[in-house]
Amino acid sequence: MLGLALDFAFLALAGAFALAALRLVIGPSAPDRILALDTLYVDAVAIAILLGIRHDSLAYFEAALLVALIGFVSTAAFAWYAALGAPER
Amino acid sequence: MLATLLEAAISFCLIVGGFFTLVGSIGLVRLPDCLMRLHAPTKATTLGVGGVLAASLLSSLARGRFVVHELLIVLFLFLTASVSGLMLARAAIRLRLTSRAERPTPEDRA
Repeated sequence: MLGLALDFAFLALAGAFALAALRLVIGPSAPDRILALDTLYVDAVAIAILLGIRHDSLAYFEAALLVALIGFVSTAAFAWYAALGAPER
Repeated sequence: MLATLLEAAISFCLIVGGFFTLVGSIGLVRLPDCLMRLHAPTKATTLGVGGVLAASLLSSLARGRFVVHELLIVLFLFLTASVSGLMLARAAIRLRLTSRAERPTPEDRA
């Protein structure tokens, strides 16, 4: 049962990754792309946690925490830059 | 008995987490404009990751060692999702990205 639920969660996260990457590519404006990147970071945290459950290892927690930290800082920096008026538009 | 119950709880949390993460990304692709798209990942995806982290907490409990690292991550994510959502909304407004949603009227308040 647990293995099946883990497989379902991995598949759902793969789908979420693909859709967020699609929005990152087609996103018409800068905030769309930044939001897609933020979603990718959060999904990466979830993937790291799932790998930690599957391999019964503690090392993935630190990776997840680091990804969450870097994701927030980069999202804040990109959003601040876009609010100044990104040259893309 | 208890182990089976715990395993069922872990599986439930995993399924809820995966489902809501997927729903957040589907909303990110399907919703029509930027300010609407801001809703899906900041709410649904955060809830989904919360479910996955709850499953991880329960699974470390099931393996006989109680680790609270997950609580740290879930607290951090719940705090920062709102802040980054606010910053992105402010950036969208500065860039004059308008929403297609109708403006609220005074009657909406009633």
